[in-house]
Amino acid sequence: METILEVNNVIKQFGGFTALSEVNLHVLKGERLGLIGPNGSGKTTLINCISGAYTDYQGSIRFDGGDITLLKAHERTKRGIARSFQIPRPFSSMTVMENLLVPFAFVGGKDGPEQQKEAMSILDGMGLAEKAFVQSNQLSQVELRKMELARAMAAKPKLLISDEAMAGLSGTEVDEVLEILFDLNKLGITIIMIEHIMQAVMKFSQRVVCLDAGKIICEGTPETIVKNPEVQRAYLGD
Amino acid sequence: MKYAIYCALVLLGFLGVSTLGGINEYVFFAGFVILQFVILATAWNILGGYAGYVNFGVPAFIAVGAYTAVVLFKSMSAPLLVQILGGGILAGALGLGVGLLTLKLRGIFFSIATVAVVFILETVVNNWRYVGGATGLQLTRPQDLWFFDSYARMLFFVMAVLAVLSVTIARYIQDSFLGRGLRAVRDSEEAAECSGVPTLKIKLIACTISGALMGIAGAPMPMYLSYIEPTSTFNLSYSISALGMPIIGGTSHWIGPVIGALLLATLQQIVTVTISNELNVLVVGVLLVLFVVIAPDGILGLIKKWKQSSK
Repeated sequence: METILEVNNVIKQFGGFTALSEVNLHVLKGERLGLIGPNGSGKTTLINCISGAYTDYQGSIRFDGGDITLLKAHERTKRGIARSFQIPRPFSSMTVMENLLVPFAFVGGKDGPEQQKEAMSILDGMGLAEKAFVQSNQLSQVELRKMELARAMAAKPKLLISDEAMAGLSGTEVDEVLEILFDLNKLGITIIMIEHIMQAVMKFSQRVVCLDAGKIICEGTPETIVKNPEVQRAYLGD
Repeated sequence: MKYAIYCALVLLGFLGVSTLGGINEYVFFAGFVILQFVILATAWNILGGYAGYVNFGVPAFIAVGAYTAVVLFKSMSAPLLVQILGGGILAGALGLGVGLLTLKLRGIFFSIATVAVVFILETVVNNWRYVGGATGLQLTRPQDLWFFDSYARMLFFVMAVLAVLSVTIARYIQDSFLGRGLRAVRDSEEAAECSGVPTLKIKLIACTISGALMGIAGAPMPMYLSYIEPTSTFNLSYSISALGMPIIGGTSHWIGPVIGALLLATLQQIVTVTISNELNVLVVGVLLVLFVVIAPDGILGLIKKWKQSSK
């Protein structure tokens, strides 16, 4: 299978603190990858490097056959990397529909009636259709999470990074979001899922990578990961 | 199309008033100032209202417009329209320059940096003999009145044209991709970037256009007063007004700053004439506090609320 994302020897420092030290990660086209690790292990830092929120890291990142190391976040979005945020960041002065039209306008270059129709079908797929013309600051937590994924989808990504899209949700809500992610994956979109909710990661991922203190300590199928002594030590201590 | 007809009607109205006999000259004098504030508030709102970047450096842009006009007039007797064009271009360039240096700063840090620009430029002008330095410079108006009866009437009409132009630009931006992108920046810059919005680029465009329009508003000032001096040109109360008017009118729509400026600047003129010049800044201050507390979305917000509750 073809590799879509290649993270090569990425090092990211904040002052004297090394948040990522020589991280290497290869993701295959169409893969469902789980990224786990204790708080502060560098998961969000890693995806900030991948999505371009940080560009001042060492090492290189290749995506879909091109080097994106020096590209800014919006340029990476155009290449096909989209993400949701750990703490939802809606465009709160806009309606849900308008939120989706931003990526339509800036990635696709059009935001006419055709795009509105397309946005509506994305919202429909996530069960948000009836909220389309509601101001986004009126949404509930789970609706916000779904809108973030919908907005990411409006950028027509090849790779979707879901940063704790399920944090703070109830059991049934977690299943709803999980189902959405499975559906998106069926459309051929590669998905990296960062999650603390272990059942979700185990159910969703084909492969799991575990970060600890800025290093990848192991990777493998969900079954092997939970049994790995290093993962257990990272989470539970010695 | 409807908007174009409105604009034409408004301009015809202004043309009619400024050529009409029997009106006190002071009306045109005061009208000039009110229209100038319409431009300033509209210009400020392009960056401050749409994108949420509060520019406190308004006088710097006005002064670049005004002093460019002085240099053009003194060195080559350039006509008024050339002065205005020159002032707009240089103030736009200042906007671009300031933007490049400061737009990576967020929130209050950006605002502080823009205040610094005012002090830097004021110091430069204070020490620049050619434009009169700290003492100022007397200018003799050319006797070129087109078909108007007085210079004040002509400037009044010129300012009306510039105000309509500014509002048209602001309206166009609001409805364009640029406006959508700027709103996204105001709500969340990170999310905007990840939705494909080139945030730095569109902020720079907004800062340049906003600066150019402020320069245009400042450029006719030397001819208006036949005099220029730095203390009043670099007065920070311009910043308060240019920011207060959109906030009072409503920052979310192009009409907000227009309403705010017409209302406040008219009130200021009335207060200046009937009570005192000192009090007119106080008027903005008090209203600003009242609105921030009672109606943070300005007059437009109040109208919206009223419409919703009467449904």
